[in-house]
Amino acid sequence: MRSYDILVIGGGHAGVEAAAVAARMGARVGLVTFDPDTVGAMSCNPAIGGLGKGHLVREVDAFDGVIGRAADAAAIHYRMLNMSKGSAVWGPRIQADRKLFKAAVQHALGQQTNLDVIAGEAAALILEGGRTKGLTLADGARIEAPAVILCTGTFLGGRLFRGEERFEGGRIGENAAHVLAAQLREANLPMARLKTGTPPRLDGRTIDWARLAEQLSDDGTWTMSAVTPGRVNPQVFCAITRTNARSHDIIRAGLDRSPLFTGAIDAQGPRYCPSIEDKIHRFGDREGHQVFLEPEGLDTHLVYPNGVSTSLPVDVQLAMLRSMEGLEAVDVVVPGYAVEYDHIDPRALTPALELRAIGGLYCAGQINGTTGYEEAAAQGLVAGMHAAAAVLSREPAALDRANSYIAVMVDDLTLQGVSEPYRMLTARAEYRLRLRANNASTRLTPLAIAAGCVGDERRQWFDSREQRRTEWAEQLAKDVPASELEQAGLPIRRDSGNHRLDAWLRYNGVDLAALAPWLDPGFDPAEEIAVELAEDAIYAPYLERQEAELRDLRASETVRLGAGFPYGDVPGLSNEMVERLTMAQPETLSAAGRVPGITPAALSAVLVHARRRDARQEAA
Amino acid sequence: MEPTSIPHDSGKALAETIFALSSGALPAGIAVVRVSGPRAGDALRALAGALPPARRAAARTLRDARGEMLDQALVLWLPGPGTATGEDVAELHLHGGRAVVSAVESALAELPGLRAATPGEFTRRAFANGRIDLAEAEGLAGLLEAETELQRRSAMALAGGALSQQVGEWRDRVLALSAQVEAVLDFSDEEDAADLPASFTEDGARLAEELDQWLARPRATVLREGYRVVLAGPPNAGKSTLFNALLENEAAITSPIAGTTRDVLERSVAIAGIPFTFVDTAGLREDESGDDIEKIGIARAQEQLGRADLVLWLGEEGRGPVGAWEIDAKADDEARRVKGERALALSARTGFNLDRLRERLMARARDAMPAPGEVALTERQSALIEEAREALSGIGVVGDPLIAAEHLRLARSAFDRLTGRASTEHMLDALFGRFCIGK
Repeated sequence: MRSYDILVIGGGHAGVEAAAVAARMGARVGLVTFDPDTVGAMSCNPAIGGLGKGHLVREVDAFDGVIGRAADAAAIHYRMLNMSKGSAVWGPRIQADRKLFKAAVQHALGQQTNLDVIAGEAAALILEGGRTKGLTLADGARIEAPAVILCTGTFLGGRLFRGEERFEGGRIGENAAHVLAAQLREANLPMARLKTGTPPRLDGRTIDWARLAEQLSDDGTWTMSAVTPGRVNPQVFCAITRTNARSHDIIRAGLDRSPLFTGAIDAQGPRYCPSIEDKIHRFGDREGHQVFLEPEGLDTHLVYPNGVSTSLPVDVQLAMLRSMEGLEAVDVVVPGYAVEYDHIDPRALTPALELRAIGGLYCAGQINGTTGYEEAAAQGLVAGMHAAAAVLSREPAALDRANSYIAVMVDDLTLQGVSEPYRMLTARAEYRLRLRANNASTRLTPLAIAAGCVGDERRQWFDSREQRRTEWAEQLAKDVPASELEQAGLPIRRDSGNHRLDAWLRYNGVDLAALAPWLDPGFDPAEEIAVELAEDAIYAPYLERQEAELRDLRASETVRLGAGFPYGDVPGLSNEMVERLTMAQPETLSAAGRVPGITPAALSAVLVHARRRDARQEAA
Repeated sequence: MEPTSIPHDSGKALAETIFALSSGALPAGIAVVRVSGPRAGDALRALAGALPPARRAAARTLRDARGEMLDQALVLWLPGPGTATGEDVAELHLHGGRAVVSAVESALAELPGLRAATPGEFTRRAFANGRIDLAEAEGLAGLLEAETELQRRSAMALAGGALSQQVGEWRDRVLALSAQVEAVLDFSDEEDAADLPASFTEDGARLAEELDQWLARPRATVLREGYRVVLAGPPNAGKSTLFNALLENEAAITSPIAGTTRDVLERSVAIAGIPFTFVDTAGLREDESGDDIEKIGIARAQEQLGRADLVLWLGEEGRGPVGAWEIDAKADDEARRVKGERALALSARTGFNLDRLRERLMARARDAMPAPGEVALTERQSALIEEAREALSGIGVVGDPLIAAEHLRLARSAFDRLTGRASTEHMLDALFGRFCIGK
């Protein structure tokens, strides 16, 4: 019988990162997938990154993950969103050629030592004494492993809707899925249902591109991964059209045939990614909604109309599309549809994304109620790293809300649960001024190296970058008097004193390029690390002000609560508080404070109890 | 709330059930004993037999464990969590004699898992269970301490949620501003959310201005410590005589800062419900050689004058501190006045014009006090409102919406600490309710 340290079920974005990070850490990993050719497939929109999501990609990349490099290998359109705002909310985003992306992912896994891709259907978990011991495949083969990571997307109870039509969803064979699903149900895991949707795919040859506004790839040189040498593919343009009064009339007339409005689907869909029928229904006063036409690849005519996710009947979809400018003669290749699926209430998971009820069983991606490739990849990284750390008896990287979007997401999921598919937003990160997409390596790569998640190549890259950082820091520490700046024509008053270069950066009208005359030869203000240091200097006053908050956060993080904390024994806690805390099982006092509805007074009662418990344990 | 202030036992398996007399001093027409906690129902069954229907008054005979009759009482059974404390609550409306109440309390204390509540413990449980917020809890604490009518009414306003409501309204407005900025930050590729609306800066500035107005209001300190009137002047000017005359026949109250210095005499009284603290600087002169204000202008005297809300100047006209009231203290009648027209001529010895002084003091103090029933901010509350004001006053000028968002986050965090709640989810709800977002 075969055995591995870790088995990953599913080869989507979560499964890929989970398998890859565990293998990088030295665990022997088997990735079980129904069809190895689908590993790395992009099942919805052909884009990676964006606002909040770009941060996640850069963070996974900082752990030497796969998604960033694969995105660069497949990128046919680069766009930095939010460029007009502070750099902490810049959102790197690329359009990907689907085939190139998949090929890049499969190539990366192929190169990875310790990692086998196993073609097969996961039929059932081998469970012994409340723990996972491995997996049985549909062909009867048994594979043993002390840790199994479920990255199965929407396979649990998936159901597709299109107008009056219904389909049972999921690529995985029904029998196989049923046994696994039944095992999870038997474990009494809290489950809920969510909904998501996808737009129709168009034939680009039937679009009148000439009539539409173009959106070009930006002309920068940045890449999704910190270690990609440069852009490789020809860049294509996207186009923008919009819905109009006539499209809205067509949609309204079809609402009685939409499963969203006939009551066929009652699961909650994402508020930030509503179907077009939802948008018309909820914001009927709007004259039109933008639709981005995004090419799906270099050698395909398929076009993804971003903005018209729908489950209207096919005839209504076509009529709606053809009412829009440039789409008068468009052909639909695959109609849009909605999917309703079961997910596990992520509050049943530890911050390692391990199920509390079944030791050694981890979950990552859509199964936890999230949406998006980037969210899935980031969870895959967390689950894979923790599973490997547990099997190899190592320490995983310590992630928290102040050092990563990854931790913000895991914390939100495991403490708050989800009421709609969870998508990353920069607004979710209270310390986002320090969590920039472009300082992800600085924030996380040292932790990733310590946890053993990083390969030699990136480690060398990082070491030389750190060396360069030291050199730059010396440059920026130079004192320069105001008079010199004034003389050079900068908008600085002569009596503004004597400051370090990095302090001058906080003055209006002063940027690093303007300070170039005071830098030694060989120091180019456009250098990537220099840009990061300059941003640090600009945000410094705000970051300092957050320090006090962070000290409180970290202090309450040292108070461990964890599974089995006897909330019922805490004097003065109501049943309601006891129930909420018992349900969420926060690991620390700080996490307990983020459980919905927990009051500060309840927290202090828990703190007193925890302190007294610790004192008793010390005395014993 | 400080963790150390929490009453506790040594960690029993169940949260304890507490009881206390929750109505006024005995004897009284009716005394209400309240029981709160998981054994409240058991306690009611033990004393009154079967539980009455929830939230309906029932007349019952109360008996102790030996079957002795304690009282004929009206009892109420209020199952949690929709109760004042968030726990199961039983109320016993007794005949208000001391013996009855003490007998019922003894009977309750004998029941397993029950004990007498410590001061403020019902409030603490209500707060712990989210039934009231921090500001309301502070108000209830103030009520317990209130000694004057003005203090009581202000504490009532706080406990009744007047500040919490106001903070809630401010917080909603900050949330709306946050939603606008967050939309611009997270959904800038959507047409709906491309730019900040023109009203953004103005709304922020208006809110900051409102906070300013609140900060300019009288604080709780003056309410708690009393309107501070310092009597100053050279020796033998009549300070101590006036001091004693002003205190005479007035209800003494406990000033939380009394006795901080041995060099001055300080007494707190309520005059017609208004708390005053009178300070006689007479003690100062013994350390000093001179006899007018320049000569006693040492640190302590200056400190007293600096802390005064009002100085009564009994010395030579025009030599007292700025804003002091000139008092001609040894005028048995108008004809004996030695100071000019601006001075109030009075005599503490004969009582001449003493009532006039009292009236003028009351009028002045009333203006400096929170209006009856108006919330007065504590130092903690005003510090947090100041924090929010500072954060908000910058949002219009920072330019970068990312920094504006950080300012708004700081303001939200200040408001949340004021009422003791916090969540980013509220902001997201506000955001999604207002914009058509998503493509």
